[in-house]
Formats: sequence, structure tokens, C-alpha cells
Amino acid sequence: MLSLYTRRRIINAVGLAISMLAMAFGLFWLCWILWTLLEHGLPALTPLVFAQMTPPPGSGGGLLNAIAGSLAMTLVGTLIGTPIGILAGTYLAEFGQRGWLAPITRFINDVLLSAPSIVIGLFVYEIYVVHVKHFSGWAGALALSIIVIPIVIRTTENMLRLVPTTLREAAAALGAPQWKIINFVTLRAARAGIITGVMLAIARISGETAPLLFTALNNQFWSSNMDQPMANLPVVIFQFAMSPYEDWQKLAWAGALLITLSVLTLNILARVLFQQKAASH
Amino acid sequence: MTAENIANPKITVPKIIVRDLNFYYGDYRALKDINLSIAEKMVTAFIGPSGCGKSTLLRTFNRMYQLYPKQKATGEILLDGANILDKKQDLNMLRARIGMVFQKPTPFPMSIYDNIAFGVKLYESLSKNDMDERVEWALRKAALWTEAKDKLKQSGTGLSGGQQQRLCIARAIAVKPQVLLLDEPTSALDPISTAHIEKLIDELKEDFTIVIVTHNMQQAARVSDYTAYMYLGDLIEFGDTSTVFTNPKRKETEDYITGRFG
Repeated sequence: MLSLYTRRRIINAVGLAISMLAMAFGLFWLCWILWTLLEHGLPALTPLVFAQMTPPPGSGGGLLNAIAGSLAMTLVGTLIGTPIGILAGTYLAEFGQRGWLAPITRFINDVLLSAPSIVIGLFVYEIYVVHVKHFSGWAGALALSIIVIPIVIRTTENMLRLVPTTLREAAAALGAPQWKIINFVTLRAARAGIITGVMLAIARISGETAPLLFTALNNQFWSSNMDQPMANLPVVIFQFAMSPYEDWQKLAWAGALLITLSVLTLNILARVLFQQKAASH
Repeated sequence: MTAENIANPKITVPKIIVRDLNFYYGDYRALKDINLSIAEKMVTAFIGPSGCGKSTLLRTFNRMYQLYPKQKATGEILLDGANILDKKQDLNMLRARIGMVFQKPTPFPMSIYDNIAFGVKLYESLSKNDMDERVEWALRKAALWTEAKDKLKQSGTGLSGGQQQRLCIARAIAVKPQVLLLDEPTSALDPISTAHIEKLIDELKEDFTIVIVTHNMQQAARVSDYTAYMYLGDLIEFGDTSTVFTNPKRKETEDYITGRFG
């Protein structure tokens, strides 16, 4: 019969070993993905990628129109989605204690949060693209904003709930009306967390393919008109990677590497920002 | 024994008069027929074991409970003769007259200067100069000026715990309230900061009526003029601090202050 203490140590060692294995398993795939991307993407990532338009097969070219299109649609999608998300999240956190509206909103938001992005693409196709009868950058941005909204709502609500009640009470005790308490005290206290949420939402939409396939589609040429079909990295990667042409495949690798690096950067930035905030408390 | 004869020290100038106050958290009755008077420009301390209702009583004076839907108070609380529990009483105006400092320091996420200016701006529009003067006045009153004068633009959250609490006191008095409610203001502080704040309470009572809730009986004895002992929502004894501590009328009070209780 082992002593209780020895048994506990053995269980601890086994538990630790299993956890480490699980971590190594997850990390292994991540490293492999990154390695493959770097191996194929780095050689293809020439300055020309940033200078030329997507080419027809067999001739040289770059991804400039796709990069610009992705940036434009991500920006517009974020600009539409962020204010709506922050306002709704604020409602849920600050006014959602009573009544039936808040729990229902929260439930629907959770559903939306996990909705497959292809469904969102089809939805925007059905309500917008079908009516204007052509694909467009606006439709793409709209689809992306529908993905941004639930993420921002969720983080805003969570971050506001982390603000201690005593801070709200302290502001109320000075005779501050509720809108001032929310604007100047609680939202400000939760600022870093909310910005982190927005950055994570941007990271999420910058790699989305499915919602753009039915909305922005693609464009061979430079287009600064959001009302026209618009090139974007994910769809270009999708198209080029499936093609039989080697130069297209190379560009697809370059694009994939670009997206991964920017998503990685955004995630790291968000993390650093949030930790600085945590450290200052 | 009725409430009247134990809760009736000779208070000549009452600032607040509480009459038949009952308080409910949902169905739970947390305060039972409280009657007492708070003397103007004096320090009144509420003592008693945890859960006795002393903080609850304090929070009825600025109707802080109204932030929460299931809490309600019945009876009368007269501030200068007007019932503040009346529905017609404007909440924000009431809270501008009755300041509050909490157990945990609660600096707002903004600069030291803005922390103090925040409350002032709600009800007064001062010129830059007047605001500077008001901020300095409040910080001096709260004995924080010498430490803070060179970092007014820095975040209030960067101060030490004791300094943060004095900042909260400065913030509360900057709006020039008539009454200052202190809810265990030193329980999260070290002895030196506590001494600072007790000294401060002594100076502040020249201008303000102060009500303090404390777990620390020595503190109540040191800073207050009147002491109320509460237990399970009842006001057991209320009187001059010296009488309550040296010659309590009720056995329960004596047991509590001598530490024989519980």
C-alpha cells in the first residue's frame, strides 16, 4: 500500500506527462503548418508580389489588387461591425440585468458567434447580391461585418463585466448619470480588453474565404470601386492553389504566408496589449 | 425596551434623522425599524459584527441600493428635514450632496487630476483656473497634495493603496458635499495609511457631517463622537462614543466591545 503522498505524486506525474503530450501534439501541427508555409511561401514572396496585379496563367504577376481588396473589405467590415458590437455589448453588460431582451440577444449572439461563415456568405448573397445582381466589395464587407459583430459583442460584454461593481458605485455615488458612468468610467476601464477583442475579430475575418466567395467573388484587375467585384487574398489563394499552373500556385503560397503572418502579428499584438493592461492593475 | 430610549443621545443639530427604517433584500429584512439621528459636523460610527446591517444602513443614506432592482427601503430618512426616500427626490442631486468612500479604493481609470475634476464637472462649470484651485484644495484637504502635486497628469491607478484611498476621499469632498459616508475606509490599508486617514477624518469634521462604518472598534472609539451598535438588523444601542464604550447600557453591546461576543 503506497502512502497517500506517494500516490499523489504519481498521479501528478502522470497528469503532467499527459498534459505535456497534448501540448506537444497541438504544437507539432502548428509548427508543421508554419514550416510548410515558410518553405513554399518565402521563395515566392518577392517584391513583385506587392507591386503587380494577379496575372493570367503563364505570365509574371503579383497580388497587389488582392492585398488592397482584402485590406479595404476588412477595414470597412471592421468599421461597420465594431460600433454595433460595442454598443450591443455595452447594452448587455450594463443594462442586461433585468428584462427578457438581454438574455435573448445573448443567446442569438452565441448562435451567430458559432455560425459557419459560409452560411453568412450565402445570407448576404441572398439579401444583397441577388438584388443588385452583381458581386461587389460592399457585399464582401457586409458579410465580414456580420462575422465581426458577435465577436465584438462577446468581448465587450465580458470585459465590461470584469470592471468591478465598486467602480460603478463610486461614480454613481458622485451623482453621475448612467451614461456618464458608462462612457467615462466603465468603458474606459475596459478599453484595452475591448480593443483586443476588435483586433482578434480583424484577425478572424482577414482569413475568411467562404463569405467572400458568394459576395465579393474576385477580380483579375485593380479595382478601387467597392461596388464592383473585388479581388481578395483568401479567394485568390483558393482559386490559384486549385489551378494546375505552377506560377499561380506559387502566388497562392505567398498569399497564404502573408495572411498567416498578419494574423499572427495581430494576435501577438492583442496579447501584448492586454497583458500591459493587466500589469498596470 | 423600545427603540426610543436606547437611540436618543442628546443631539442638538441633527443633519439626518432616520425614522422607522426597514430595508429588504428581496424578501429578507435586513434592517428592522431603525430610528436614529446623525449630528451635524460630527463623526458617527456604526459598529457590529458582519452582516448586522451597518453597511446597508449607510447605503440607504445616498440610496446606493437603488442600483439593484431587488432592494428596497421603507420608512423615512430626513436630510435637513426633507425625506430622501421620497420618489420625488432626484437621485443624482442627492448623491451630489452626500459623498461616499468605499472599502476598496476605487480610482477611476484616468489621471489624478481628472479623477477629482470628474465629479466637480458634473454639477459646476468652472474655469480652468478655478478647477485647478478646486483640485488643489481637495488634494490638500485629503493630505495628498505634497505627494501628488508633481504627478497630477499620471494615472490614479498608479498610486499606492493608501494614496488611492485618499484620492477617493479628495474626489468625494471636491464636490463639496454636506455629508460624507465612509464604508470601512481603512480595512484594506496598512496601519500607517490608516493613521493618515483617521487624522484626516478628524480634520474633515470641521466642514462635513461624517458617518463611518468600521469593523475596528478601536477606530470607532478614536474617531467618532457617536457610536451605534447594530446586530442582525437591529439598532441595539446608540449614544455618545465615550458612554457606549465605557458604560454601555445594554449587555449585548458590552459583550461585543469587550470581545466576549461570538
